[in-house]
Amino acid sequence: MVDIRSGASEAIPLAEVEDVELYHPKSWWTHYVFSQDAKIIAIQYSMTAIAIGMVALVLSWLMRLQLGFPGTFDFIDADHYYQFITMHGMIMVIYLLTALFLGGFGNYLIPLMIGARDMVFPYANMLSYWLYLLAVLVLVSGFFLPGGPTGAGWTLYPPQAILSGTPGGQDWGILVMLFSLILFIIGFTMGGLNYVVTVLQARARGMTLMRMPLTIWGIFTATVMALLAFPALFVACVMMLFDRLLGTSFFMPAIVEMGQQLQQSGGSPIMFQHLFWFFGHPEVYIVALPAFGIVSDLISTHARKNIFGYRMMVWAIVIIGALSFVVWAHHMYVSGMNPKFGFFFATTTLIIAVPTAIKVYNWVLTLWRGDIHLTLPMLFALAFIVTFVNGGLTGLFLGNVVVDVPLSDTMFVVAHFHMVMGVAPIMVVFGAIYHWYPKITGRMLNEAMGQIHFWVTFLGAYLIFFPMHYLGLLGIPRRYHELGETAFIPESAHTLNMFISVMALIVGAAQILFLFNLAWSLKRGKPSGGNPWRATTLEWQTPQTPPAHGNWGNELPVVYRWAYDYSVPGAAEDFIPQNQPGLGMPTRETAS
Amino acid sequence: MAVVLILVILAIGSVVFHVFSPWWWTPIASNWSYIDNTITITFWITGFVFVAVVLFVAYCVLRFRHRPGNRAAYEPENKKLEVWLASITAVGVAAMLAPGLFVWNQFVTVPADATEVEVVGQQWLWSFRLPGANAKLGTSESRAIGDGNALGVNTNDPNGLDDIIIEGGELHLPVGKPVKMLLRSIDVLHDFYVPEFRAKMDMVPGSVTYFWFTPTRTGSFEVLCAELCGTGHPQMRGTVVVDTEADYQTWLQEQQTFTQLLAASKEQQQTAIASSASSTK
Repeated sequence: MVDIRSGASEAIPLAEVEDVELYHPKSWWTHYVFSQDAKIIAIQYSMTAIAIGMVALVLSWLMRLQLGFPGTFDFIDADHYYQFITMHGMIMVIYLLTALFLGGFGNYLIPLMIGARDMVFPYANMLSYWLYLLAVLVLVSGFFLPGGPTGAGWTLYPPQAILSGTPGGQDWGILVMLFSLILFIIGFTMGGLNYVVTVLQARARGMTLMRMPLTIWGIFTATVMALLAFPALFVACVMMLFDRLLGTSFFMPAIVEMGQQLQQSGGSPIMFQHLFWFFGHPEVYIVALPAFGIVSDLISTHARKNIFGYRMMVWAIVIIGALSFVVWAHHMYVSGMNPKFGFFFATTTLIIAVPTAIKVYNWVLTLWRGDIHLTLPMLFALAFIVTFVNGGLTGLFLGNVVVDVPLSDTMFVVAHFHMVMGVAPIMVVFGAIYHWYPKITGRMLNEAMGQIHFWVTFLGAYLIFFPMHYLGLLGIPRRYHELGETAFIPESAHTLNMFISVMALIVGAAQILFLFNLAWSLKRGKPSGGNPWRATTLEWQTPQTPPAHGNWGNELPVVYRWAYDYSVPGAAEDFIPQNQPGLGMPTRETAS
Repeated sequence: MAVVLILVILAIGSVVFHVFSPWWWTPIASNWSYIDNTITITFWITGFVFVAVVLFVAYCVLRFRHRPGNRAAYEPENKKLEVWLASITAVGVAAMLAPGLFVWNQFVTVPADATEVEVVGQQWLWSFRLPGANAKLGTSESRAIGDGNALGVNTNDPNGLDDIIIEGGELHLPVGKPVKMLLRSIDVLHDFYVPEFRAKMDMVPGSVTYFWFTPTRTGSFEVLCAELCGTGHPQMRGTVVVDTEADYQTWLQEQQTFTQLLAASKEQQQTAIASSASSTK
């Protein structure tokens, strides 16, 4: 029986392992630049991810300008449009969301929330960041090399990705993309091993696995998945590089390109898709699970109520993680693979809806009979629930193989995945930043700017992506830089495209306000104190805010309870920190 | 309070938008109305869940928002409720999956009397091949592609010699007869997509993929490419015309066979050689 009830503090055995000595920085360079402190690395990861994310945001503006007002902007031709969508997609999925959730939040929160002094391999952790930065720079170099970045779509499907009909296919574009992904994966592996080993080995005394906050469960499971999924992408990238540079035929059948017989033969383009989606589908959950975990903690803290069904939540995370490895070919229902696969993959895909739905129920049941504080993190959590439920439900269309046939490769798909793995996780990213910014800086983010940012982003994003589904239902294909004269597309569809583009410009602009808030509040934000949200988890109990190197001063914390002792009957306060024995009342134990 | 109001407007507004949206699927022109029906069932179930969850959240915010002196309830688990909710969800999911798989079984089971029609994709053009008098398509391979043989039909396969070949033109199909579309590409991935037919499938160089359908009304339908195939992707258009049987036969008589195309190309080459020979004299 797992102990999750309050007040069940028990005698904690003495430490079996001695406290470790950390690497102490000797200069400004090793303190702030080549730092081995997970908190600094987290900030480096986050700032790099946000910087490259701004590039992706500008790219989305450019592509929306083209879609909303085709022919108006001369500098966006077909080649550029395909380069923009490709880079936008890849940056958002890999270089922003994966890096921010795991490299950013993972690094900052894992040691603090489990009561460790740092990651267990600080040097590898530092290398992880510098490889990530290098990967980003290599990726960006595509914009400046002859031929520009690749325009193969973020899925990089061969053969077109390495042929001349695609921008960057026979130039530098595809090469730097593949090199960058390879570097990213090497860097991620160093970081990822760190997160897993740290969670398994470095938890504070009393922090059993079933007392860990769901944030850690989400990040931990996502990292395990990423360590298993990224190698598939790694080999796919290496093979495609060989096909492109050495003339091998892993993915290249006999092809006649523009009247020319190519030398290669015998390869399988569909094999690439299997490798890509064996990585690509778990990737969706690599982004989603940390968001699931974090939002659980945001809802619990700001509703002053324990997360409902904690054990079910943990198991749901683990089951979703495991199932996500056997659903990948639902991205390939119309790829030309054996159609009989459809039966298996539609079934596994729809089964995943059950643990996912349980998570949704538990979030809303946590609100039920809560004491809901409508703080900015709570608002973003509510926005996450709405957008995630919306995007998750449209997944039931696309996962159900026969329904996918008319909808696949249309704007319905674009709307679906933006809602479910773009908007929803980003709502959590924002909520998490408003929530933990006080711990990282010691100051609160400005509330007024935050409210404007929230409403514009939430409602704007919903107005962009909800109507977009209907363009797909109408049959408008994705990845068309212009619709041209098409008999079945009415004039009103162009009007809707214009509306979506205008909304995209507005929502994008709201993010600039958010970045301004981040900078402005650093000096002028209201001082927050150590635990402004009156939260239970360990990161709020550090002796200093922001936490110092080593996190805990002289004594490592000892954990007496689960992470969700909010509003415990009979307790003095409406929260009991994890490292507090008893109910916060003067009892015999604490009084003596 | 603004939060509650906006959540309610969002839930109801989404339903209103759905009902009044001028953007809806194109009038169907094939036998796959089953697919449309499955989508309709899915809309009902998911729509209900979406509205229920959002309204429940709105109610919670209204009823349990913080007021001075409030304290949340303490309820870590409720096994009975969790099991109930999981079971209801499983039933809902099954209600969508079962018809889906049922229709999928029809989708992958090609009727024995379906006529084979080949579609060949290349950057950025559609071509078609119909079986000739012997009702059989000849084999093909992309290595055979050359002068007068743009689709790579095997010249030493007698079945292929009478095949009817349409390069970059319209495809006509007779109404009411099932067709099995054999899909082939000679360069990159493409996807043969006619929104009114509902069915679509990628075309993969190096293999032959397929889907089947029965055209149910006459008319002219635009073919689009639905798999990114390079810069010209949106311009890769074609036309399928669904004819009455009589119109179809008339059209069929006007098309050229593979043998005719080969002969024409040989003739052209000979005149070219002859003219170049005469010019060098």
